[in-house]
Amino acid sequence: MSNHYNFAYLDEQTKRMIRRAILKGVAVPGYQVPFASREMPMPYGWGTGGVQVTAACLTPEDRLKVIDQGADDTTNAVSIRKFFQRTAEVAVTEHTAEATVIQTRHRIPERPLTAGQILVYQVPIPEPLRFLEPRETETRRMHALEDYGLMHVKLYEDIARNGAIATSYAYPVKVEGRYVMDPSPIPKFDNPKLSGTPALQLFGAGREQRIYAIPPFTEVISLDFEDYPFEATKAPHACDLCGDGGSYLDEVITDDAGGRMFVCSDTDHCASRQAAGHRGRLSPQEDAA
Amino acid sequence: MTPDAMTGGFADAPIQSAKGFRAILEVLSRPGTIVAAPGAQPPAPLSPAAGLAALVLFDGTTPVHLAGRHDCSAVRDWLTFQTGAPLVGAGEAMFAIGDWSALSPVTRFAIGTPEYPDRAATLIVETDRLAAEGALLRGPGIARTARLSLPEIAAFRANRALFPLGFDTLFTCGDRLAGLPRSTIVEGA
Repeated sequence: MSNHYNFAYLDEQTKRMIRRAILKGVAVPGYQVPFASREMPMPYGWGTGGVQVTAACLTPEDRLKVIDQGADDTTNAVSIRKFFQRTAEVAVTEHTAEATVIQTRHRIPERPLTAGQILVYQVPIPEPLRFLEPRETETRRMHALEDYGLMHVKLYEDIARNGAIATSYAYPVKVEGRYVMDPSPIPKFDNPKLSGTPALQLFGAGREQRIYAIPPFTEVISLDFEDYPFEATKAPHACDLCGDGGSYLDEVITDDAGGRMFVCSDTDHCASRQAAGHRGRLSPQEDAA
Repeated sequence: MTPDAMTGGFADAPIQSAKGFRAILEVLSRPGTIVAAPGAQPPAPLSPAAGLAALVLFDGTTPVHLAGRHDCSAVRDWLTFQTGAPLVGAGEAMFAIGDWSALSPVTRFAIGTPEYPDRAATLIVETDRLAAEGALLRGPGIARTARLSLPEIAAFRANRALFPLGFDTLFTCGDRLAGLPRSTIVEGA
């Protein structure tokens, strides 16, 4: 069947513009490069920035994985995966190890990434200072002057009010000792994985028209204080399906009497462990007979 | 315009430019890495790798500076026909192509502004020799250290001192490509 779209949907002029922005983002890690974001055939908030970055990076040989909050089988992930199957005719996978390009909404896969992989984040609000200073002219100047005192005041106020840094997702980081960056709304549990990974990490914000990047082996530090060090927190449970005590968990309400279970947010990680014979508290007892 | 200007471009632009971009992305995100970048057959003295970078990245919105022997009618015509990029002086250029000696002094090129460090030039430096030896590189994209045969060390150290401002560099040799973003710390051999 003939494909009626240009390869990977976008026209070549647009892809050139996005590619130039990605390269400048790679050259200045953590700096948000403005780009002329296009209308995509999906609403803002569904990953229009990530989709444009992925479209500019894909080659026909790639194998694409798309996750939404760690899951391969949710609406957002399924629709973006289908979009690229249709417009770029690329191979797709749900296995982290097999993927060469992974587009993600709000998680980093549990399995460590490797040198051949590109992780593309969907970013809603790329400016970490935006909720502290609404004016773009001001936040731009703050980045230029490396004036990040306001962010530390925000974290301090967290401690003053709550006794601890209460920010639990989109936790601000400093990239290579220069730019403060929003890692997109990943849980702070994932923050340590941003630093020193062999994979290339690209961030696309469609509505806000920004692209930024973390090259491989780049130092990414979560902001904190000496007496209140950064902590990568998660629910203090093991997965009820695969028994993993170290993965990031979703809480699932199971009835209206307080019943609940905790399951891995990374569906590929959980399914792989179950296939390898790991069992959790609520796993079906197959050897009961 | 020379008839050669109309040949040597992409036969299948979407696929070839996608693969070409990944080669450029690879060398800029992993400084010191040398990759093969075939696909373009530009007229001499433009190398195939520099031609590929031009076809992938240049268009009517990207002013280009041609330095030294690259500023000849064959290259001018080819770039104009294939990419539509306007040819300009060093100061206004978003991209520049030439031998290192022709591009020097590189302080002529845009390094961006504190508010917009992305508004900096990318230099495409044609070399006779490209090998993973010589200057010691550290920084983003490099696990511990890497080595790359640079034409000069002082200019790249001065460029790193400007960070986050500064120009970014692609090195070409035949159909091989390497990269040195402004973030790389360059030490002596």
